[in-house]
Amino acid sequence: MEGEAGRFLARVHQEPRYIDEDRCTSCGTCTMYCPRPLPDLYNERLDVTRAPHIDYPQAIPASYYIDPKVCLRLNFETCNLCAQTCIAKAIDFSQKPKDLALEVGAVILAPGFGRVPVSVLEKFGYGRFPDVVTSMEFERLTCASGPTEGHLVRLSDGKAPRKIAFLQCVGSRDETCGKGYCSSVCCMYAVKEASVAKEHEPDLDISLFFMDVRTQGKGFDAARRRAEEKYGLKVIRARVPRVEQVDGRLAVGWTTEDGRSRSELFDMVVLSHGLDAPEDAREIGETAGIELNRYDFCRTSPGAPLASSRAGVFIAGAFQGPKDVPESVTQASGAAAMASEFLAESRGFKSVTITYPEEDKALQKEEARIGVFVCHCGVNIAGVVDVKAVKEYAGTLPGVALYENTLYSCSQDALKNIAQRIKDHRLNRVVIAACSPRTHEPLFQETLRSIGVNPALVEMANIRDQCSWVHAQEPREATRKAKDLVRMAVAKAALLEPLDQPTVEVTPRALVIGGGAAGMTAALSVADQGFECVLVERSDQLGGNLRRLVWTTDGGRAGDILTDLVGRVNSHAKIRVMLDSTVEAVSGYVGNFTSRVSRAGRTELVNHGVTVLATGGMEYRPTSDCYGGSDRVLTQLELEARLAGGQVALRNVGTVVMIQCVGSRGEDMSHCSRLCCTQAVKNALKIKELRPETRIFVFYRDMRTSGFAEDLYREARKKGVVFLRYEPGRRPEVIQQKRGLKVRAFDRLLGEDIEIPAGLVVLSVGVAPGDNQALAKIFKTPLTADGFFLEAHAKLKPLETAVDGVSVCGLAHGPKSLEETIAQAKGAAAKASIPLARGRVPVAPIVSRVDQSICIGCGICETLCPFRAIQLVKADKRKKAQTITASCKGCGICASHCPTLAIRMGGFTDEAIMAQIHAFAAGGGPEDRDPSHND
Amino acid sequence: MNQSGAILVLGGGVAGVQAALDLADLGYYVYLVEKKASIGGVMAQLDKTFPTNDCSL
Repeated sequence: MEGEAGRFLARVHQEPRYIDEDRCTSCGTCTMYCPRPLPDLYNERLDVTRAPHIDYPQAIPASYYIDPKVCLRLNFETCNLCAQTCIAKAIDFSQKPKDLALEVGAVILAPGFGRVPVSVLEKFGYGRFPDVVTSMEFERLTCASGPTEGHLVRLSDGKAPRKIAFLQCVGSRDETCGKGYCSSVCCMYAVKEASVAKEHEPDLDISLFFMDVRTQGKGFDAARRRAEEKYGLKVIRARVPRVEQVDGRLAVGWTTEDGRSRSELFDMVVLSHGLDAPEDAREIGETAGIELNRYDFCRTSPGAPLASSRAGVFIAGAFQGPKDVPESVTQASGAAAMASEFLAESRGFKSVTITYPEEDKALQKEEARIGVFVCHCGVNIAGVVDVKAVKEYAGTLPGVALYENTLYSCSQDALKNIAQRIKDHRLNRVVIAACSPRTHEPLFQETLRSIGVNPALVEMANIRDQCSWVHAQEPREATRKAKDLVRMAVAKAALLEPLDQPTVEVTPRALVIGGGAAGMTAALSVADQGFECVLVERSDQLGGNLRRLVWTTDGGRAGDILTDLVGRVNSHAKIRVMLDSTVEAVSGYVGNFTSRVSRAGRTELVNHGVTVLATGGMEYRPTSDCYGGSDRVLTQLELEARLAGGQVALRNVGTVVMIQCVGSRGEDMSHCSRLCCTQAVKNALKIKELRPETRIFVFYRDMRTSGFAEDLYREARKKGVVFLRYEPGRRPEVIQQKRGLKVRAFDRLLGEDIEIPAGLVVLSVGVAPGDNQALAKIFKTPLTADGFFLEAHAKLKPLETAVDGVSVCGLAHGPKSLEETIAQAKGAAAKASIPLARGRVPVAPIVSRVDQSICIGCGICETLCPFRAIQLVKADKRKKAQTITASCKGCGICASHCPTLAIRMGGFTDEAIMAQIHAFAAGGGPEDRDPSHND
Repeated sequence: MNQSGAILVLGGGVAGVQAALDLADLGYYVYLVEKKASIGGVMAQLDKTFPTNDCSL
């Protein structure tokens, strides 16, 4: 990378595929004929592939490539079989590497994570004992497209395992291999893998060996408890030092808290390995000119988690620190916001507008010529349903002009093929018999659009999620059902009508609700990206909970972050701050919201295109543990405030006792508040810094100092802080006596009750949700059972709510650290800015339409609509219903209740639905009605 | 204009792809640079993902 931020010159070296991407049809012939085997890295070397191959069938781009390491032609100028057998003539050995010089304004580094070195895995027998596998290998083993087609088998003898052990913290929290940090994700992914295994094989006996159970993500604790109950997963708190092989099985030994040694034999051991820095982290660091931390991850700071040490270079994902998919996706949007702020002036440069060919309206009006594509979905469908028979059957249905099988309809080459078929055979309706429309319907619609066919003219028959997946044990019935589903889809497809794709203009302003760290960060990002922003804050000052924080986890001053944010917000030309203000009502839809903001009895209407909810959370107020009854019982934030005054806070305090999880994890609130363990450790270290002779005891359930915070936990232990685990049934008690406070608790290692006289008792209380109910009603955004705002999709849309144009960030979404809040707020700002940047938003075509000549103005539809998308309006002297298409979600409630059938739903007309029902009732044919046809 | 409106995203895993999509939606030209022959990274190798047990693809 040369040049400077804003004008970098990135030199990129590109290796050739030796296969022409545009010609390759992914047929696989080259792989079949190549004589040179290659370990299949995609399947974690559990399988063998050949030099010309594709990583997996749905890979994008959908082109094969030749691995130059083993290819005979490339290394020894011999062979040539693949080029000779390729029907598409796509093999091209004349391709050369390319060196590109790209002018870019900013760079985002998202290189992911690396693998734990094999030397660490070998300690547990990996490599010596074939039945010791890594968690990635386990993923491939349980996957239907993996080397064993999803059958969980032992690699030693191919038999199914009966008893499996998961060993956690392999290559993490381990100073002996230089990886002292916690990889954050392994506890939860092990629970997931164990659950998936139990779904495959209900009789499996699975034990998981944890140090601390770090399932603190949103919804994770609840999911783990459900899995433990439903699947009988055994949770054992012990770290396993080694694995031995005994008679073809694996011996796992461990020591329990009461000092006893145990040992059991397992058929398979899964090593839940951690997430390392990428293998080429140092090279990336050097090339990009950025600093790395002691573990070779990118060095960032809590106040700017997505910024590297170099201007114009931003970070996202595991390279910033080990993290899971939702957090990676969140950071990615955040990094996009950072780059967008940085290059706001150059927005639109080199941007490409997609144009679509004109629709052939005449062809659409002709009698239906339906193309039916029955998908194999690899083995997902074809492994259960006889897809060839379904295809043949489709050919017998009325209106069907073409019927074919596809291997993976969603892959690029299949889509090209479908498009070509539609053109060649002048098809004007398409049925795709494959997965759920929720997976890939937009892809098929886009394919139609790209060749001038209205995207509403495709109908999907779900013969996977609702057929092959759920009837996997009854292939004959599943095939029959697939035929029924295809017959119904064809009947409906014949009656599909083209639908308009309108767009609406976007009001170029964002409304951010909440002026804490999240709200200020989001507002600044939107404004720095060039858009106007209104920031509404309920109290009389900005800052929220950040005002109470004294130190960040890296020892820096939180006040500096606060001052910087408040200063920039107040002086930003594009941000209007409204203090002492609340949002009372909102109307409209994405692009065109109008909010009623009230302040001191007066109201003002604010028009905005998008909304960001950043209303924060509250410190839980404890009602237990003598809180309130003594000035020596504090919360962590109160402690921090006292410690800010210096050593004097600890005068006459010989011993500090901290209690974790007060009010959380099943006490008053059921969720884990995620930040309290790190907060406790941070404050404990502060105490030791101010007055090293202070004795500190921390009672915990699980120490959840994940990621690099693990270093703080280790440092605290080294400095003599004593950590004692408690089970929820035997919780520490705070007792107030005349002489002072004491804490009575059960010490698991001693096996007896102990009493600790305490100069200070600090309660690590969690994060309670704010009063989100009111806003949730106003915006019609759902809340989780714990009272936080629910995101649209845990992984694919972690920043958006179910309501288009409304995103959420910070504590309003769930408990998290300051660093995570800032990253998430940047991400929410990116999402909010997208409609503002585009200027127009598309409106979904599946909307209701009222025939006002039939409508009698009864108003039932308006009363029932959950989205306020249909209203009575004046039409001459009468009242008639009218749809607000931009708000309509196509749920159909109005149409199904209309007493005069005056409402039609786009894509789901009454005629089409009735045709489907009649098609179902008509049955498939003679063999379906024969009761003696047994399977 | 003294600066480029193009952005280079290094890494075609789930984070890189999401960043590229958001940047394109925001109106910037993106070069998505990936060392393997396909995008998707480690996530493409995962079987099922929490909480919906969707396949990772």
